[in-house]
Amino acid sequence: MRKTDILIIGGGPAGLAAAIGAYEAGARDILILDREEHLGGILKQCIHNGFGLHTFQEELTGPEYAQRFIDQVQALDIPYQTETMVIDVSADKVVTCVSRTNGLEHIEAKSIILCMGCRERPRGSLGTPGERCPGVFTAGTAQKFTNLEGMMPGKEVVILGSGDIGLIMARRMTFLGAKVHACVELMPFSSGLKRNIVQCLDDYGIPLLLSHTVVDIHGREHLEGVTVAEVGEDRKPIPGTEKYYPCDTLLLSVGLIPENELTEMAGVKIAPSTSGAVVDERLMTSVPGIFSCGNVLHVHDLVDFVSEEAKKAGANAYRYVQGQLTEDGRKVPVEMGFGVSGIVPQFVSETAEGTVNFMFRPRNVYRNARVIVEINSEQILSKKTMILAPGEMVNLNIQAEKLKGLQEAKSILVRIEVPEA
Amino acid sequence: MKYELTCINCPMGCRIMADYDGKEVTNIQGYTCARGKAYAQTEITDPTRMVTALVAVEGTHAPLSVKTQNPIRKPLIFEALKVIRKTTVRSPIHIGDVVIENICGSGVNVIATENVD
Repeated sequence: MRKTDILIIGGGPAGLAAAIGAYEAGARDILILDREEHLGGILKQCIHNGFGLHTFQEELTGPEYAQRFIDQVQALDIPYQTETMVIDVSADKVVTCVSRTNGLEHIEAKSIILCMGCRERPRGSLGTPGERCPGVFTAGTAQKFTNLEGMMPGKEVVILGSGDIGLIMARRMTFLGAKVHACVELMPFSSGLKRNIVQCLDDYGIPLLLSHTVVDIHGREHLEGVTVAEVGEDRKPIPGTEKYYPCDTLLLSVGLIPENELTEMAGVKIAPSTSGAVVDERLMTSVPGIFSCGNVLHVHDLVDFVSEEAKKAGANAYRYVQGQLTEDGRKVPVEMGFGVSGIVPQFVSETAEGTVNFMFRPRNVYRNARVIVEINSEQILSKKTMILAPGEMVNLNIQAEKLKGLQEAKSILVRIEVPEA
Repeated sequence: MKYELTCINCPMGCRIMADYDGKEVTNIQGYTCARGKAYAQTEITDPTRMVTALVAVEGTHAPLSVKTQNPIRKPLIFEALKVIRKTTVRSPIHIGDVVIENICGSGVNVIATENVD
């Protein structure tokens, strides 16, 4: 059987940075597997700018950001195998994959880093009634058509959901000559960045309909139009507010789901609040030696943070291979208090070293709130913020010395405190 | 003339109101920090945008992604897109290669943002 020290599943931003992180820590026996023809993952189709401000202090496009990491991987001579689909991962770290060049293969690894990214929520998960006609796409699928294949999905567009991919596609379709009639958002606020709302919708006079949703999809041979209605506080359509929008294309930008089928095959525990693996502060999952990072662990807002997280996972995977990651310390659970969702990590070792990084998404929009971290009811961090919103992740770095009380602690509590009205 | 805009510097998204007579921005209101005030000033007097787009590559359906090397003036966007859409390039191309010089007299080049072998 083929053997490797560190096997990385996925050659997108997480996989590339994990490989570099492992190499920099000292690893030399690394292998990246990717199912696509080229490395770079979803960044290849994200041709807009705005990537890398934290990492490179300049605004790059997706392909440029990816290429910087691909260049590094190639310069370091880290082996990778593209057009290779992983179909199984076992708890004893044997990976089964298929490719045209090598057929069916089993590869045994000392450590595995899961970097499979996420996929878009499809129409089927929404329960929107109506015809099942062609013309309904997820925003990312349409983005692949326009930016990688040079094809236009349609000319008259409505977008459901105001996530960043939907907003970016509103502008792209406009640039390519289509008319975008509206961006329809169920919630009373958009989960997209303010910059994207201004520069992708406002700049081109595209209305953002908050507290609205698509209630019917019309068209037999092809999409002919959608019915949009206002929703109440219960997010249910208000009868009498329906309005018909003729269109040949409906783009869905309604959320992302980490792609964890392989993770589950390996018997790794999944956290309901992130739909990703349960990890400790070293990004190790419930199966020793299997690590997870990037959008397969939890959906990030910025790729810069994916790269940072993945480098750490890579370095720790090498420490594991070297026998330097001990398993004797107790793991203290991280509890989500008021206003906190999708916390990562879910456990912190009581022997944690260096800096412990916590990331989560606020449940709602909170103004002038405090982010608080408590151990044994003692606040070890209390940070004032002007605004918290579900679209922007909260990223907290805490020095391990501050976590001294962990030995006697039942849990670490992370919560948001809103000012009293 | 009255202007109303949304600040893009942070998730606050302050609604900023201001007057502009073609020379000077006055009566700026609604911002909560210095960045917001500065944003209103430039966004009203000289709004600019980075433009990212696609050009055709000879002999393949897959387009090449490009960007303006620097932001261009907002009213130039659609004129620039027309020029970009009519452009065809020949591979090999590398990131940073100039695809269109001085687009629409803006003084800004359009450059490749991906490699094509």
